[in-house]
Amino acid sequence: MMVAFVAIGGGLGAIARFLVSEIMNPKGSIPYGTWIANIVGSLLLGGLVVLRTKHVLPEFLWQIAGVGFCGAFTTFSTFGKETIILIQKNQLKEALIYVASSLLISISLVWIIFALFL
Amino acid sequence: MYVYLAIFVGGALGASGRFMISLWIEENSVFPYETLLVNLIGCFILTYLSTHPTLMKGIPSAIKVGISTGVIGAFTTFSTFSTETVQLWIDTSQTLALLYVVASLAGGLVLSWLGFFTANNRKGHAK
Repeated sequence: MMVAFVAIGGGLGAIARFLVSEIMNPKGSIPYGTWIANIVGSLLLGGLVVLRTKHVLPEFLWQIAGVGFCGAFTTFSTFGKETIILIQKNQLKEALIYVASSLLISISLVWIIFALFL
Repeated sequence: MYVYLAIFVGGALGASGRFMISLWIEENSVFPYETLLVNLIGCFILTYLSTHPTLMKGIPSAIKVGISTGVIGAFTTFSTFSTETVQLWIDTSQTLALLYVVASLAGGLVLSWLGFFTANNRKGHAK
């Protein structure tokens, strides 16, 4: 049953990421769609971790929204692939900005959420 | 419309695969090996598939997107990576948190590059 919850959330998360990428990923520059999905998804998951730790989030909702939706809405493989493609195109500055800002912003936001609410 | 169905089914499979691996590996370890493992595997496979010149030729585009954006995109995760990093930093060890970030980032980029390299250097195997 747990896997079914994760599967539903995962399917919806992947569709949401696809839509954001379709709208926001430009050709040949920093992929803002994946960038925003990874940052927003990290922030959302940070909030869900707080609720789960405080025992206000039922486990099935954690599986749908946390493991499934946030897990699938964000992606590490596309992040890696896009970085390598930027490097291949010799857009080193864009690659560096993409990697550094994805990491710093998402981790800082989660840190702030945990510091404020956990 | 088929694209959305393919991405939904792919995303459901990818997320379930990640969840099952996490259930299988997570045994009293504070270090998130399971996330690191799925992210590294996913980086290699995605870059290999999407930069290979001939492998996906002739496959309908909905299926291609279902596999890349759906299955592999959802199999790997960035949000779990960020939250686990901060949890390691706060609860366990700042050294382990840094190690996790470096291993994910360096490993992910090296495996993405290897995926690209192996997909595009197949002269010896050309027909």
